[in-house]
Amino acid sequence: MTENSTATLWHEVASPFCGIASDDLTIEVNGNTVKVLENGDAVTQPGFETPITDIQPRINGQEVTLDQAISHIADLLIHSKQPLIAGMGTDLNGARSAMALADKTGATIDSFYSPAAFRNILVLQDTGYMTTTLTEVRNRVDVLLIVGTDVEATFPRFFERMVWNKESMFGQEIESREIIYLGKKPSGDASTSPAGKKAQVIPCDNADLPEVISVLRALLKGKNIQAEVVAGVAVEDLKALADKLKAAKYSVVSWSAGQLDFDHAEATIQNVCEMIKEINATTRSNGLPLGGKEGDTTVNAVASWQSGYPMRTTFNRRFPDYDPFLNDSRRMLAEGEADVVIWVSSFNTAVTPPNSSATTIVLGRSGMQFETEPDVYIPVGVPGIDHEGRTFRTDSVVSVPLRKLRDSGLPSVFEVLSAVEQAL
Amino acid sequence: MLLKLTGGRIFDPAHDQNDVVRDIYIRDGRIVEKPIDGRIDEEIDVSGKVIMAGAIDMHTHIGGGKVNIARTMLPEDHAEAVYERTEMLRSCTGHAAPSTLTTGYRYAEMGYTAGFEPAVLPINARQAHMEMHDTPIIDKGGYVMLGSDDFLLRMMAANSDQEAINNYVAWTINHAQAVGLKVVNPGGISAFKFNQRKLDLDEKNDFYGVTPRDILHRLSRAVQEIGVPHPLHVHGCNLGVPGNMQTTLDTIQGAEGVPMHLTHIQFHSYGTEGDFKFSSGAAEIAEAINKHKNITVDVGQILFGQTVTASGDNMRQFAGAPHAHPNKWVCMDIECEAGCGVVPFKYKDQSYVNALQWMIGLETFLMVDDPWRIFLTTDHPNGAPFTSYPHLIKLLMDKTFRNDMLSTLHPEAQKATHLASLDREYSLYEIAIMTRAGAAKLVGLADRGHLGVGAAADITVYTDNSDREKMFEKPDYVFKDGEMVVRQGQVIKITWGTTHVVKPEYDVSIEKPLQQYFDKFHTLKMSNFKISNDEIVDDGRGSLTIQPLHKGGRL
Repeated sequence: MTENSTATLWHEVASPFCGIASDDLTIEVNGNTVKVLENGDAVTQPGFETPITDIQPRINGQEVTLDQAISHIADLLIHSKQPLIAGMGTDLNGARSAMALADKTGATIDSFYSPAAFRNILVLQDTGYMTTTLTEVRNRVDVLLIVGTDVEATFPRFFERMVWNKESMFGQEIESREIIYLGKKPSGDASTSPAGKKAQVIPCDNADLPEVISVLRALLKGKNIQAEVVAGVAVEDLKALADKLKAAKYSVVSWSAGQLDFDHAEATIQNVCEMIKEINATTRSNGLPLGGKEGDTTVNAVASWQSGYPMRTTFNRRFPDYDPFLNDSRRMLAEGEADVVIWVSSFNTAVTPPNSSATTIVLGRSGMQFETEPDVYIPVGVPGIDHEGRTFRTDSVVSVPLRKLRDSGLPSVFEVLSAVEQAL
Repeated sequence: MLLKLTGGRIFDPAHDQNDVVRDIYIRDGRIVEKPIDGRIDEEIDVSGKVIMAGAIDMHTHIGGGKVNIARTMLPEDHAEAVYERTEMLRSCTGHAAPSTLTTGYRYAEMGYTAGFEPAVLPINARQAHMEMHDTPIIDKGGYVMLGSDDFLLRMMAANSDQEAINNYVAWTINHAQAVGLKVVNPGGISAFKFNQRKLDLDEKNDFYGVTPRDILHRLSRAVQEIGVPHPLHVHGCNLGVPGNMQTTLDTIQGAEGVPMHLTHIQFHSYGTEGDFKFSSGAAEIAEAINKHKNITVDVGQILFGQTVTASGDNMRQFAGAPHAHPNKWVCMDIECEAGCGVVPFKYKDQSYVNALQWMIGLETFLMVDDPWRIFLTTDHPNGAPFTSYPHLIKLLMDKTFRNDMLSTLHPEAQKATHLASLDREYSLYEIAIMTRAGAAKLVGLADRGHLGVGAAADITVYTDNSDREKMFEKPDYVFKDGEMVVRQGQVIKITWGTTHVVKPEYDVSIEKPLQQYFDKFHTLKMSNFKISNDEIVDDGRGSLTIQPLHKGGRL
């Protein structure tokens, strides 16, 4: 950190706004204004630079003090028959305080990103998987198969950091790496090699992936396929892909569950994961699920170690009670099963609560706009900008420290929820 | 506030006190001298009760990535063990893969006041500490894992001098906030990434040309030379492989007198005799341990029932995955540094192999002479959940009970053991050595595991009962840092234990090549890799206790 009279420069800053959590950002802070000077991208730039607007809590649209807002929330919770803590865009300590509060109030807890996260979690709980982490990919991948995902749309720096790095630990010729898209085409050129080699694309609709993946797995197992074309894809092309995966020394199969948005995508992810296990009978291959932004990985991890279960757990019987379908916060709100919802979204002003009949409390990033003014709104600080924190990357292994870059005075989710718990 | 425990029978092996009746005085969390003015604020009559220091589990998987994968993977484990919220306790779940809250409560209720996570990957250390931070009552700490990390193997391939390796080890221990150093399947986790499926003690890693023997040699020396009290904690080659006893014997021989702790030795004591080509190597292994005073072991006893195996050894976990029960499992390669594998497993008493594993563990306990060099573990949860310790203690202390159990197991396995002829029964004093004084000495905890003046007042009070399982599962009182946290086997107060670490010196010049290395190859900056002291203190209830180094430690 170097200081001059007007601005503060921060180096090696980690971004919680993207699941790969790049930590090489240089950031300039001037008062409350934050600017990404180096290594920003279309995701991290707005993440860091969204300005502070409101700083005052509101009850029914009227400005109040933080203390008033907290005691009002406590009062609402005391009279609630079924509270719900949802959104869950927060960091380690925010997640800890939400779990403690859920336990105390008999709330159900779920995250905004659960529909995607559970496509992977359900596979873990049914058959498991073999996966790898970002530094392994950066140094080992020789064939990268991307399933149904436009990676650069949501992870703009993935290829720069994990695939087209200058050199690998093991002397691999980086240019020789092969990228193959199965499903969606990439929206840009991030996957094109430094020398200009374009990724191979085997296009199909995501809705056809269940069929295409089944055939690919069958081919890898040496089964004969009678059909010549499956969902518009030549079986010949899938056969060639299967051969590449078998010949590769360290293939990586990646997907972003958030983009596999079709019914029962978890069954297709499971097929991919079982296929990876089978490839490992003779060579090495691993999955790399991409996701985990804005505390998504973190809140599932904290919930698991404190209660035994990830998100979608309820405490309404005084103990942790897990059900990935019944405790889906969207379903509960749509069907009027919660009477009070605490919506936590400290990273992203666009992640607002769905309309529902529940009394709505929002702990949101400053600048959040609402179609319907919530019953209580507390603008909270952003972990990694307004207060220190820690967040997990997509691989669920590495967590990064988040720093306090400015002194905005906005409270953290941890401070607010801990105070609510105290006030009960 | 001065508390007196009056009239207890003291078992304090650190001070050679075997069943000595004396009073204990506690003030400000410490054991103190009898006050000169005789003023006592509170007195508890413990006459006739058995008093030991709080127990220490020196090898238990309680925090970090693989443990949390196990938790998330096994909702069925938790639904079987559900604990309701009370006025004081948070609700929690879990048997084989307990939540952090369950872990703290259950350990305390059994009179345990510390547990050490033995497989902290440097890159995942932050998570291990987060989880241990959320584990109530008990003290904790971790052994950081090297040996398949690219930086070390690269240094060894380049024949770096020992001083450079010492420096790297010391740096890693400091910045992962660890209390010791662990190696798991030395070089093997790396070899698996190059598609090697086994790695014997003298087999070279295909890429680096380095053998497990070299790695053990370098790392055990490093630990000794930088003065870290806990010897290199070794999960050896070929875990679970029939015939691996020879590897283990070679490893003991190869230590060349340098202190080395061989963990879950039961899983490394298998021969290949008999119709099943699977036999006990416990006698030979125990003989080698008895002979080599530089060697310590913990057993990793298996007990029958459902559990989950969680290990850094993804090479061996992948090989074991076909035995997963229920049929689901995870293997991971991690950051060119390590790996992990999580495989649920059910040990069955009518399985020849599982029955023999049970026997091998007990044979080892009974044939290793010196209780200061063998430790009571199930390698929680790999052999069994830690909550089975009272049952295990009964097996060790009660020959009749042990032989009754033995007679119900797979008949062919019974023929393959001479366990029934082993008459040894552990005494209370020996149990106190294994689970207290010896464990504290081994981990390097100066102020724990004993009841001398100045020690932390971690104290467990039991009612003597010839049914040792009943006795050890429900102490009358447990004191943690002088506060009564358990009464009649129930948690009555929540405290938050400290994190034990060591801080060996290192030459800061190592950060220059390391920084370049991180920048070039890693996806995390060196500055963000390091775990600050503040992160351990965290929200205010954590603390750091720096344990002393051995004298003469140097780089």
